[in-house]
Amino acid sequence: MHDPIRAGLAAGWKHIDASTLGKGQTVEADVVIVGSGAGGGVTADILSDAGLRVILVEEGPLRSSTDFRMRESDAYPELYQDSAARKTADKAINILQGRCVGGSTTVNWTSSFRTPPEVLAYWQRHFGLRQLSVESLSSWFAVMEHKLWVRPWETPPNQNNKVLAAGAEKLGIPIGAIKRNVKGCWNLGYCGMGCPTNAKQSMLVTTIPAALNRGATLYTRLRAERLRFSGGRINALDCQALRPDGIHPSGKRVQLRARHFVVAAGAIGSPALLLRSGVPDPHRLLGKRTFLHPVVISSALMPERVDAYAGAPQTLYSDFFLQQAAIDGPLGFKLETPPLHPVLYATTLQGFGAAHVALMREFTRVNVILALLRDGFHPESQGGQVRLGRDGLPLLDYPLGDVIWEAARRALLAMAEIQFAAGARAVTPVHETAPLYSSWAQAKKGIAELPLKPLLCRIVSAHVMGGCGMADTPQRGVVDHRGRHFWLGNLSVHDGSLFPTSLGANPQLSIYGLVARNAALLAAELSGRPPPLIP
Amino acid sequence: MIVSRRQFIRTGVAGGLLLAFSGWLNAAGGRPLSAGEREMLAALCGALLDGALPPAGEERSRLVALTVDGIATTIAGLSLASQREIGELFGLLVLAPGRMVLAGVSRPWREATVGEVSDFLQSWRTSRLALLQGAYGALHDLSFGAWYARPDTWEAIAYPGPPRGYF
Repeated sequence: MHDPIRAGLAAGWKHIDASTLGKGQTVEADVVIVGSGAGGGVTADILSDAGLRVILVEEGPLRSSTDFRMRESDAYPELYQDSAARKTADKAINILQGRCVGGSTTVNWTSSFRTPPEVLAYWQRHFGLRQLSVESLSSWFAVMEHKLWVRPWETPPNQNNKVLAAGAEKLGIPIGAIKRNVKGCWNLGYCGMGCPTNAKQSMLVTTIPAALNRGATLYTRLRAERLRFSGGRINALDCQALRPDGIHPSGKRVQLRARHFVVAAGAIGSPALLLRSGVPDPHRLLGKRTFLHPVVISSALMPERVDAYAGAPQTLYSDFFLQQAAIDGPLGFKLETPPLHPVLYATTLQGFGAAHVALMREFTRVNVILALLRDGFHPESQGGQVRLGRDGLPLLDYPLGDVIWEAARRALLAMAEIQFAAGARAVTPVHETAPLYSSWAQAKKGIAELPLKPLLCRIVSAHVMGGCGMADTPQRGVVDHRGRHFWLGNLSVHDGSLFPTSLGANPQLSIYGLVARNAALLAAELSGRPPPLIP
Repeated sequence: MIVSRRQFIRTGVAGGLLLAFSGWLNAAGGRPLSAGEREMLAALCGALLDGALPPAGEERSRLVALTVDGIATTIAGLSLASQREIGELFGLLVLAPGRMVLAGVSRPWREATVGEVSDFLQSWRTSRLALLQGAYGALHDLSFGAWYARPDTWEAIAYPGPPRGYF
């Protein structure tokens, strides 16, 4: 299998693994970009294309298809934040987030949705973001869809997705097909462990190689520690090199100087960097309104094999339950399916001993449906808050209040009903005291009475958003519609932390489209060329 | 009561923790688990994985030891903040007062029965104290993660492993 990353390195890409640095260094460029995920990758591509000298800073390692062996034991410690066990401060929510070159785009399940029109309308109404509309963003989405091969997925869905479709169809619930950013996908089903065939058009194989081919510099195992500013401008970024284990600081320091700084470290990392740096935040908005699309999970035993580890993981969805009330009413939810692999499933599944073994023995017959709750619109859904813990490392508080649990219960009911309609022999919500229900009638009664509380009902998240929200004024946002910081002239935020609410859809394409627009505006400004013609 | 229990956890055993775990934080890429920690984890694995493990005997002990190795590897790959928290938890559990008061297990870990350990895990699992519930979750995830990460556990769940032969 051709490995474009190893080929690029052999051809002389400027990649510096900071864990190998013998001494500290100071380097200068036009733009420093912190983070190499959806936001950082697109920004590096567009700025380098405008002739700007770019440095990309990534805390995780550079790994590529040769390393992607489809094993959870390799992938989680190498490619994810906290070995795929990142958690909210109270441990009630497990967060899947990438930590490698390409960020979460290297390990995501390829689901691609444009920002829903009702979300953009809400941002216009409540955050004054009149520049961001379906019309004004459509060209940017089209550009990124083209670049990243976002297309309808023509291969028949795997059995896990078919269960969702079969149950929903029986109940008259409409289902849609998910577009995927893949080119020549082999339908293996191991997207979450890094694509072994380079079919997934993640930042790792698209924008970042493009930027490196133009002479950009990529630092890995380098942790952005603090932005230095004076007189309303950032002068430098202080970074700590990590040891080869990627965990302990090595003691070597790197200082990066530039005309402009782009923060794209994800919606936990970006607010944390700005908090550590002590950037002006007179309205105390930084790190607040962090959204997660909190996910509840329903597991079903089907009569036939499902083999949910095989085949493209997420190909069908339903937005039916997002459309049952006003966007700021009781929380709606999106239904999707996840891939199941032994570690991911066994750790997520409740219980231990004989009960756990009994469910694991049925591993190949298990169907799982996820409900992603659309947080951040209901007046009582204010999301979480990123703050700094010991050593300045980020902590996320995310209170799980009544509006979340009310929606979680509806979602667990809806998923169980769909699974029984699809022919499930038994269904269990992933919840510490939930039994295995053997009929819809039993599940309906049981779930209605289930105590829904943190750490009893398993909540996970793969979508961290907000914390540096956009708005028209500094009273209600950290940055403007272009991602420009309201107080520091040469600072931009280019990642999911921009979103003033959640999206009700998997976020990668929303980040690609919005960041492509903002990076193009920034490139024009910094290079002195005319701004792009697309609105 | 909740506050005082929490304070107990945070400060009451701090002296002992400091002694037992002074090496933890500075370990490069994690450190080997202490004998006490291995015994504690072996007892926990015996209960968590009961039914997945073969009956008592040499093979069971070998598989438990492999799983404890896997847990050590996992911990070494976690962030420093997580390693610190797990170090605190293990530090409490290996000390007799922590084991007796918090876990309610009267006998040393190597003598505790699967039933006794299961009762302790169940009590933490549904505890009113979020701290203990969260700790149960960590022990659950570490043990099952280490178990099902190993290809030799896949046959029992009919998982064929990643596709082979195409590359």
